[in-house]
Amino acid sequence: MRTTGYILFFLFLFSWKGWSNTIEVCSGCNFKSIKSAIEAANPGDTIYVKKGTYKEYNIGIAKPLTIIGEENTVIDGENKGEIITIQANNVTINGLTIVNVGTSYTTDYAALRVVKSENFLLQNLKLQRLFFGIYLEKAKNGKVLNNTVMGDAVEEFSSGNGIQLWYCQNVEVKGNRIEGVRDGIYLEFSDEITISDNISSDNLRYGLHFMFSNNDIYENNVFENNGAGVAVMFSKFISMKGNTFRKNWGTASFGLLLKEINDSEIINNNFVENTVGINIEGSNRINYTNNDFRNNGWAIKVRGACYSNIFSRNNFFNNSFDISYNSKLNDNSFDRNYWSSYTGYDLNRNGIGDVPYRPVKLFSYIVNRTPETIILLRSLFIDIIDFSEKVSPVFTPDNLMDKNPLLKPVSHDIY
Amino acid sequence: MLKILKYSFYDLMRSRWSYVYFLFYLLLGLVLLFLNNDLSKAVITLMNVIIILVPLIGTIFGVMYYYNSKEFTELLLAQPVKRSSIFLGQYFGVALSLAMSLVIGLGLPFIFYGIFNSNAIGNFALLLITGAFLTLIFTALAFVIALTNDNKIKGFGYAILLWLFLAVIYDGLFLMSLVFFEDYPLDKFSLVATMLNPIDLSRVLILLKMDISALLGYTGAVFQKFFGTNQGIILSSVMLILWVSIPLISIRRIANSKDF
Repeated sequence: MRTTGYILFFLFLFSWKGWSNTIEVCSGCNFKSIKSAIEAANPGDTIYVKKGTYKEYNIGIAKPLTIIGEENTVIDGENKGEIITIQANNVTINGLTIVNVGTSYTTDYAALRVVKSENFLLQNLKLQRLFFGIYLEKAKNGKVLNNTVMGDAVEEFSSGNGIQLWYCQNVEVKGNRIEGVRDGIYLEFSDEITISDNISSDNLRYGLHFMFSNNDIYENNVFENNGAGVAVMFSKFISMKGNTFRKNWGTASFGLLLKEINDSEIINNNFVENTVGINIEGSNRINYTNNDFRNNGWAIKVRGACYSNIFSRNNFFNNSFDISYNSKLNDNSFDRNYWSSYTGYDLNRNGIGDVPYRPVKLFSYIVNRTPETIILLRSLFIDIIDFSEKVSPVFTPDNLMDKNPLLKPVSHDIY
Repeated sequence: MLKILKYSFYDLMRSRWSYVYFLFYLLLGLVLLFLNNDLSKAVITLMNVIIILVPLIGTIFGVMYYYNSKEFTELLLAQPVKRSSIFLGQYFGVALSLAMSLVIGLGLPFIFYGIFNSNAIGNFALLLITGAFLTLIFTALAFVIALTNDNKIKGFGYAILLWLFLAVIYDGLFLMSLVFFEDYPLDKFSLVATMLNPIDLSRVLILLKMDISALLGYTGAVFQKFFGTNQGIILSSVMLILWVSIPLISIRRIANSKDF
């Protein structure tokens, strides 16, 4: 009887141990600092951090834990360095506010860093006054959801990125809001990443920046008023759907920069009021479908070495230049797009213009050759030569035309 | 001179053409604002109109007025009035009435639309100032042409040619030289070439104030740097004033030595 009692007691103890324990942190609790709570916690425990300001940095998490904060739970790093570093699988961080990450020119201090871990979940965090925000390093199968990153970056060299993924795989970045950092979201050597429903605005450099990352998806994001726009470079099999690129306006800005991108899809995006909607360089086999280009300086600027791209069913509204091209060779096809500056007619009323449309103006060709000539923008002479070139093309590639220009804009489900 | 100016001015104010000109700008302003609903876009469209139409109308009107009032001028010449004051009086009468039609015609619809509460007010003011300057410049040039040519047809021909040269051909030559010398640094050259033509100068001055200046890229940055400084503003205003005063001086000279 006694032995059974012991066994039961131990079983009870065991199961109690097995269930996740709950630890509270507050100024009047047993644990006054997050660090001490983490030290005492067992793997799988949940730590509730009550509201208040905790002046801590270099918080290492090396066991599976769940840390949950309240609305006013603030971790103040006092600009001393990195604040939270996760080096374990199955860690969840929820609802913390992290402020004052240290700035360094030698180490990339982050508000929250995940190193070589899997199945992490970072959500509802608020990061302010930071260097790097969320830094995922060789991490896999995690989620970064609904976080707010508000930086106060002034110079590119002394600021970090909002959400950075380096050698990551299969991570979901969703519903985040990122402002005022260097690059809103930065991916390097990261594959199978999904980036969706984020708003990245007012960043110093890029709203989103891809390098050497393949098979990624980004959709329904808004990129607005960033220093240069969105850059996607040296990557393959990227799917870009339903994003909005807005007001990236400045002498060296663009909505979307594609450099060495192959076999990708750009569908249902909106490009509004950018100096250059899409700047394409060395990118092949890309489908541009159902995009809207409104009020951009250049809707599309093709820089060269771009082959087998297909532009179809896009709308071009009121751009200063629809397309700029710098070579006489053309291997890209334009078909069934709507061009607001199309002046042709449709006698058989099938919705398709009877005269092909040539999207490259002579002036944009000249500007590409001699950039100084842009100073003649909106001169009467330029209008005259554009007109004569339209009537009989001499300089622009003569097979560069939309043979089936639409008379009415393509209606999309977005907007 | 003032008396003659007043006479010419009232004479023109009563004439049909001033009203037509005034109504044209009034209508243009109204239509643009109704169609656009966006002040800064309307200002850009207006710029296109102003840098082409204002010089053209200034030239034609100036030449026409001179030839039409030639008999009256000869009558005045018989009176003890200084020659220069006769012609300068007539010139200012024409130029001021044209400038007034432009400023009031365009100003009224924009004022009703609420330009004063908008941040486009600076751009709009610049537009009107350059428009007025262009009127002064091209009317003066027209007077010079008319004074040197007694033959009406020839005079009109030269006037049109002058407008065509400054509005179109000059830009063509400019463009060709830019393309031809593309291997050399062209910033200074393009700055100087722009400064030398009042139409180009007005166009660039207005463009640089607009959002659209971002399209100008690197070249635009060079221009912005130049025109953004006090020196640049002073230099470009001096340039515009020179464009008014040099023809005025020649009007005086030609008028004084001309045999009627």
